[in-house]
Order: sequence, then C-alpha cells, then structure tokens
Amino acid sequence: METILFLAHTEADGSLAKSAREVLHAAATLHKSIAGSKLVVGLVGESVQAAANSIAACPAAKYFGVVGKDFSQSRYATDAAAAEAICKTAQATLVVAPATSRWNRVLPGVAQRFGGRADTHVTGISSTPTAGVGVNRWYYRQRMEAALQRQQRPWFILIDPGSQTACECGAGTATVENVAVALPDSAMRTTVTGFHAPAADAQTIRPDAQLLFVTGAGWTKKQADGQTHVPEAEKLIRDFLQQARASLGSSKSLVDQSGEGQAVLPFLSHLNQIGQTGATPRHPKGLSTCCHGEEPHTVGWRFIAERRAINLDPNCGWARGKADVLYVADAFAVMGKMNELLAAKK
Amino acid sequence: MSTAYQIVVCAGIVPDPLQTLEPVASPAGPALKNEMMLPAVLDPWASHALYEAANLAKNAPGSKVWLVSLGPKAKLQQVMMTVAQKVPFELVALDGPASGFTEAAEVAAALAEAIQAIPGLDKSKLLIFGGWESASRGAGATMQMVGERLGIVDQFQGVDELKIAADGALEILERVEGGKHQISKCIGPPALLGWATGNLPEPKNNPQVGMVNMRTVMPALQKAKPTKLAGEGLSFASVALPKQLRETRIVKDKSPDDIAKEIVEWIKK
Repeated sequence: METILFLAHTEADGSLAKSAREVLHAAATLHKSIAGSKLVVGLVGESVQAAANSIAACPAAKYFGVVGKDFSQSRYATDAAAAEAICKTAQATLVVAPATSRWNRVLPGVAQRFGGRADTHVTGISSTPTAGVGVNRWYYRQRMEAALQRQQRPWFILIDPGSQTACECGAGTATVENVAVALPDSAMRTTVTGFHAPAADAQTIRPDAQLLFVTGAGWTKKQADGQTHVPEAEKLIRDFLQQARASLGSSKSLVDQSGEGQAVLPFLSHLNQIGQTGATPRHPKGLSTCCHGEEPHTVGWRFIAERRAINLDPNCGWARGKADVLYVADAFAVMGKMNELLAAKK
Repeated sequence: MSTAYQIVVCAGIVPDPLQTLEPVASPAGPALKNEMMLPAVLDPWASHALYEAANLAKNAPGSKVWLVSLGPKAKLQQVMMTVAQKVPFELVALDGPASGFTEAAEVAAALAEAIQAIPGLDKSKLLIFGGWESASRGAGATMQMVGERLGIVDQFQGVDELKIAADGALEILERVEGGKHQISKCIGPPALLGWATGNLPEPKNNPQVGMVNMRTVMPALQKAKPTKLAGEGLSFASVALPKQLRETRIVKDKSPDDIAKEIVEWIKK
C-alpha cells in the first residue's frame, strides 16, 4: 500500500505558497487513483497550524508538523532533519513536494538517507492499475520529455511550480501531530542572514506575471543608421516592463555580453537568462524581441502558453514554428508605440 | 585568516548544447542518437564551479583543486584537451556512461567513492563543488546525494557567490525564487556548493597550465575506474521530443502603430 506524503514548508507568514497547493492537488489526485492508498500531510516551518487549517478539507488522513524557530530558515541541515523525521513518522512511500529552491536543495539528500530515489522538475504524475505510479520530466534542458516509473521506495517527487492546477481545498481546523526533532550542534553551523534583491521598482523577474518579455542580442546591435542605441533600448524595455508588469527574460548571448565588455543592458543579469543554460519559466503569455537562433535557444519559452515575437527576420528560427504570431518589424519602433498605448490606457 | 582549501569539483560531460539531440532506444535504455559521435563539453554549470574553485584556490595559498568526472574515457580525454588549458587541477576520472538517463543516486555513489579515495583528504579543509544541475539529466539531485554520502550537511544550491570572511566563515549567495538571492553564513568547511553561474568569465586557454595538467590527466585517464550504472528499479515508458509545431502567423505589412495596437490588445486580453 502506498502512503503518499504531501510535504510542504510554510512561508514567512505561516501560509502555504501556491506551488504547495498545486502539489497538494496532484497528491490528492494520485491518492484517488491508487486504491487503498493513504494521503498524509507533512508541514515544516516556524508555525504550521494556520497552513494546516487552510487545507483542512483535503482528503488527508493525518497531519504531521515539525515546528520551531530553527525551522523557519531555509537551511539544509535543519530542513533535512525535519523532512527525514516526518517521512519516518509517516512511513511514506511516495513523497510529493513542490520543487521550490528550499525543497530542491534538501529532498534529494533526504532520499539518500532512506536509500530512496528523487526526481525533481516533475511536470506530471499519474497512476494506473497496470503501469503503477509514473512521472513525466524533461531531460537535456527541456529538449525531450520522458515518462518513467520506479520500483524504489521512498520515492521523492518534486513537482515544478506552475505545472499543476492549485487545489481548492477548503479551510477548517486540522489536528497536527507534532514530530519532535532534536538538532545537533552540527545542524546550526549555517545561518541565513538575509536576502539580496533589487529594489522593488528595479526587480525585473516576476514569476507571477502574465507576460514574459524576452530580449535578445539584437537590442544592442547596430541599427539601420549604422549605430547602436543601447540607452534607447534600455529606456524602452524598462518602460515596457513597468507599464505591462511583465517579467524579463533574456537570451544567453545578451546576458553574456556583460562579461565580455560589450555594450550591455545594465539591468540584465544571469538571473534573467532563459534557455539552454538558463530558466524555463512558466507564464500564460510571452513576447520575444530581437531574439535569434534555433533550438536549443528556444527552450527558454518551452512552457509559455501564448507566444508572439517581433523580429526583422521573417525566417527567424526563434519564432517560426515556435510562436503563434511573428511581427516582422523594427522592435524599437513597435515598442515605442506600445509604451505610448500602455501609458494612455492607465 | 588564511585557510588552505581542498576543493573537489564534480563535473560531468554533456553534448555540446548547440547540437541537435534525438532520443533513441538502446538495449540499456534510452540514449541519444549517435551519442558517441556528438562533440562533448564539460557541463556548463560544473564549468562555472571549476572556475570558481580555481579562483578560490589562487587566493588561498596552499589550496588544491581536484576535478572528479564520470564519462566514457575517450570522451573525457577529448574534453580534457580543452578544459585542462583553463585552470590548474588534478583529474580523478571514472570510466562510465555520461548519459542524462543514468540514475543520479548511482552517479552520486560512484563520485562519493572516488572522492573518499583521494589520498590525504582532510574534511576540515574540504569544499565539494559542482553544478547545481546538469545540462543532461538536469535533476539537481546528484550533489546532495554526494554530500550525504560524505557526511556533509552544510549544502548550498544555485550558488552565485562565495566570499571568505575575515574569520574564515563562508558567505554564500544562493538563488531563490523571484530573482532573489538568499545570503547564508557557514562557519567553514566542510561544505558543498552546487554552483549556478557565479560571477567569473570563462578563463582564456593557457597552454602552460595545459601542459602541467596533462601530466596528471593522461595517467588519471589510463587508470580510470570502470563504473557501471545499472539504473536499477528505473524504467522509462517513453522518451520523446516535443512534437508541437505552431502554425506561425507572419505579419509583414503592418505599420508599427498597428502592430503595437494589436500586441497591446493581446496583452490586455
């Protein structure tokens, strides 16, 4: 019999993130499809009662919690100890968790402690009576998708945020069984001292944005007048991001220019990079500008639902067959007009 | 306070990212079409880890860098011809598959065993580096398992910066959600860092470094331990390229005003 453990950590305010609710939906669906299985919830954080209450109507048989100030920090040693204790207490065979930076860091290591296996960046999970439990994940940086099964248990399955629908479990009052964890001194060698983030108005990465705006190297190349127009490009892009509340992605070539001493867009960093060696974010819509190249560069918008592109090259491999609409036009001219329209709509 | 570090970099090899990849079925499970013919490179994120390791070693006199790599011997040799010219290191080679379809736990076991066999390793000076994910399996799981096997519970993933404080503490920036970095302070080695991009450019080829490295690279390749990865308990139902090809509507003759209007309407929809 499978015991499915939905394992989540709480946010700083004690709530559950959307990514956790997505995984809970997947876990509940899996539980429904495996006859005789048991669904249990495990929560880690400074306090977990509010989070447990917020999903009290889910079909979990039991709630386990590791609670305390030491577990508020996203730190390997303490998170591993907490996750290990919950998995052991719950006797979990399948552990499903959101692929957050916190769980991605620690759960493969916890799988190792149990002699189990871990799959991260999972985008689908299902079970059939004949095939058993299976997951889908991508290999070679989102270039091919595999469906796989495992015999080993426990099996830790980390599901990518945005790949599932969030559960609509109602709230109530959940009874949380406290799982005690005695931390050795060696677990406290690391301290999280804070976060580094651009100022709110300078933050260009917005995971919840409706639109991903992708900039390519073309923005810094010579234009029709034989000159580069980097300051104009910077203003156009910044204005657009501000007005459309879009998230900014960039091609590798544009990001790399900063390390090569070429003209650069100063607000771009490797954190903006999407594609083969960057992120593959999930947004409902994507607009690419001045991007060039074939696979593998286009994997950056593998998970963008509606895609449009502006490019002077009608045969651009980034857009042809990859975008829904390709506008053959000068991005400088179009973006200027778009910013005017967006400003007028405010 | 100046500490000499022993830095072990785990780095796999992957097909050159610009190559077209196609999955095929093989008797041993999924593989890539013409896999042995594809030009290989050191995994991009692991490369960053190697450059950061070399930079740290340069600034901490007495430090040493090992590069532990698992891959087909012939491929490793090909990749080392380039990598060996970048920064000084001593190679520890394992002769086995470099496929993305191999099992992270089995790779971790082989890497950990190879690290433990390095003579004179001192845990109080030990830093394990690697990429936070690979460009093949992309699991971001192997390094944590290596760390667990070595008993290292100060682990960091998605690292973009490591600074050594005056008291010898490690100050580490890790990528977290929303374009932010988490800042952590660890009192010192042993620690494991899975690197993202870091801050260093790719070092230029240095033939002198290459010559020194090759003195140990070739013997290391010759005595590379054969490593079998059975993929026990793992079965692939399918591996396929995405089939979705979009019918792209190409808009050629509209003015910037009209295009802007159409896009803004689409954004706002």
